Amino acid sequence: MRNVSVTDSNTANTIGVLRSAIAEACAESPHLLHVLHALQQQFLHISDEAVREVAAHLDLPLSQVDAVNEFYSFFHKTPRGRYDILFSNCTSCGYMAGGVDLMAMLGRRLDIVAGNTRSDGLVSMDQTSCIGMCDHGAALLVNGMPITRLDDSRIDRIAALVEAEAPLEDWPPEWFQVDDNIRVSGLLLKDDLTVGIGLRKMLELDVADTLSEIIQSGLRGRGGAGFSTGMKWQFCREAQGAAHYVVCNADEGEPGTFKDRVILHSHADSLFEGMTVCAFAVGAKQGYLYLRGEYRYLLPHLQSVLARRRELALLGVDILGQPGFSFDIDIVVGAGAYICGEESALIESLEGKRGIPRVRPPFPVTHGYRGQPTVVNNVETFIAAAHIVLRGSAWFRAEGTEKSAGSKILSISGDCATPGIYEYPFGVTIRQVLDDCGAKNAQAVQVGGPSGTLIDSAEFDRRLGFDDLSTGGSLMVFGQARDLLAVIVNFAHFFAHESCGFCTPCRVGTALLKNGLGKIAGGHGTRYDLDEMQHIATLVKCRSHCGLGQTAANPILDGLQRFPQTFEQRLVHHDFEPHFDLDAALEEARQISRRDDAAAHIE
Amino acid sequence: MSADTTQNPITQNTITIDGQEIPFVAGQTIMDAALAAGVYIPHLCHKPGLTPHGSCKLCVVDIASRSVSSHNSDRRVQAKFQVVADSRSVSACTMPAVAGQQISNNTPALNEVRKTITQMLFIEGNHICPSCEKCGDCTLQAMAYHLGMLDGHFPQFLQRRAVDASHPTVMLDRDRCILCELCVRASREVDGKNVFAIAGRGINAHLIVNSASGKLVDSDLETSDMAAHICPVGAILIKEHGYEVPIGRRTFDLHQVGEIGSEEIILTKVRHADE
Repeated sequence: MRNVSVTDSNTANTIGVLRSAIAEACAESPHLLHVLHALQQQFLHISDEAVREVAAHLDLPLSQVDAVNEFYSFFHKTPRGRYDILFSNCTSCGYMAGGVDLMAMLGRRLDIVAGNTRSDGLVSMDQTSCIGMCDHGAALLVNGMPITRLDDSRIDRIAALVEAEAPLEDWPPEWFQVDDNIRVSGLLLKDDLTVGIGLRKMLELDVADTLSEIIQSGLRGRGGAGFSTGMKWQFCREAQGAAHYVVCNADEGEPGTFKDRVILHSHADSLFEGMTVCAFAVGAKQGYLYLRGEYRYLLPHLQSVLARRRELALLGVDILGQPGFSFDIDIVVGAGAYICGEESALIESLEGKRGIPRVRPPFPVTHGYRGQPTVVNNVETFIAAAHIVLRGSAWFRAEGTEKSAGSKILSISGDCATPGIYEYPFGVTIRQVLDDCGAKNAQAVQVGGPSGTLIDSAEFDRRLGFDDLSTGGSLMVFGQARDLLAVIVNFAHFFAHESCGFCTPCRVGTALLKNGLGKIAGGHGTRYDLDEMQHIATLVKCRSHCGLGQTAANPILDGLQRFPQTFEQRLVHHDFEPHFDLDAALEEARQISRRDDAAAHIE
Repeated sequence: MSADTTQNPITQNTITIDGQEIPFVAGQTIMDAALAAGVYIPHLCHKPGLTPHGSCKLCVVDIASRSVSSHNSDRRVQAKFQVVADSRSVSACTMPAVAGQQISNNTPALNEVRKTITQMLFIEGNHICPSCEKCGDCTLQAMAYHLGMLDGHFPQFLQRRAVDASHPTVMLDRDRCILCELCVRASREVDGKNVFAIAGRGINAHLIVNSASGKLVDSDLETSDMAAHICPVGAILIKEHGYEVPIGRRTFDLHQVGEIGSEEIILTKVRHADE
């Protein structure tokens, strides 16, 4: 009996604490992702009770809160450590980037295995998808804050600080420093706009002139898909709806991409100016910046820029004294889901749901956020728009090519002397880019990230642009020493981890591709397995529901076509090898019995 | 849309599926128009009357690119035997019918794709056809026969999935769930409840129950709900009514999965006489 009453009062206590935490979080922002983030921070996990309380408080179906909690990588149902350490697993900023397994190293120092929380609750460690620090060497997030330039001595010191339970404020501040690393500036990065200058210029024009300038400029979406920005805005303006919305996609999740990190850090005013131009053109009163959870550390800065713009009457009611021109921007922060970079999944996430891409048509320009006409554009697209309004479409068209006007901001990483941000006119050759970043002797370049195109050295004269090599901005260089199969395996793991699970081809296919590549890389693959990879990859590419699935198999298909030897040299030279590996199957038993002698193996 | 197509009154309100001209009315999907015309497009997550979902991808069809859609006479022959290179893949259940669409559906290449997708559904779950209560009444199993699937082909994923036997009359075995969300939609759209949802992501996506304990017994699911009967596989089962119909007289012993109107037959079949 006594036990029961103690449990009861504990439960009542817990629920009381939970409720006040939820109320406090809601006062800050009632967005489901934000409330769950606050609870994750405070209680280090989101328990079933917390899910129930959040559902009740926000008047949402319990299943929705539960589903969201399970969908996003940064929410956990079991407690994480007071220091929650997430190593990037990207090929450029990941824990293997320097050739040494830094995560295993920290694991040994802290006596912890990746994926677990230490029994004393002090620390948890895991890997996460690219955190956008690819120009800074190996990187990790500790309680959401990025630490870059990892090496073994830094790992040692991190372990010591964790064991000493030193607060993050007392860790060396230079560890958290993130530089812009702008190496080549072009149209957009050359000079920053004076705050508000674009809007003042725009107000001299009317809506039709603003739209026509954007259309005339030939600006196309910088996320990679390349739809005409002006046409998108016009479709949205013409669409009927109770409200129109402007959404900036700052969910920069493509491994190897970090240009939006730099724009958000150093050109946030131009970005918000571009969003405000869009609001004027489409007739929107409300905008959202959807910031990836990995960039949460930029939130205070972005909030302060928004606050300053409100003070300067560049946001809010009657902007710059223009009667009826009212617009404001809220920031919604994601929680670790690459799929939310897909515009309709992003909108679902904005609405507080799992990031599942919608059926299209209808498209967001007619049925977007809350079913209303919505423009979703990339960060870079908005700053380009802000510049175009100020300087005119001809200025923009003067650079680039016929079909790809203007410039492209590239995030360059991998095997090169000076990784960083490079802005080029469209039409630049890969060779030029490689020369500039000091990439000597590259064997391959991944253009546009894992979802883009893997090219070999014979193709380095190809040009960046929508009519040849399209890119959202990631450019990863692989030198001669790189094991390309390891790179392709890494990408296959990435897509299997990030697949939302909605459609069969992507949900099952990305897992099959991951497993099949593992078999080949592990030295157990045959010619048959290569054919299987080709078959599954083609199906995933052609039959998946959204862009994630349709591009997930690209590294494998490109690899098989351009670098067949990287697969073939690992093959076993007979026709068939079973998937089931007797020796590997004993691994768990070996771990449990702490044996690794010859008799514990079957060869 | 080419000028040729818009000016031609015959193609104005028709689409062409495997060479057969099929009328449609505005607002219909390719699937709606096909079923109305008695043309079967394989599907698992689609059920007329519920919001189209487009997740299982069994209903993938190829639409020839518009630039070549006007001269179709020899394409019809080609489409029977190969994937049209200059075409795009869409889900028939969600894609609106648009006048002049030249659609490939019942082709060996597409049926091969569908067979592979069906195999994927089999190997990601834990299916026990010979001993499953739904054997012979299962649309997934019938689809496998329809497409000539002889094995799972891929290595089994052997995932651990939870069983929920808490409800007095309804059983939930996630081992056999194919994530089609028919129960999710039936509960919301027909039963006026919200009993089911999908949680998790990627290969870890799974069906959850909207109740405080996460158990079916604490939900407001009732045996008379459509959500309790709509499962195309053996994931949601009515208790104490398994194996009542002998082999040889079960739904797909008597009917083909490709019969038009089989949805109604299936639903009637699984509803017990005394309900």
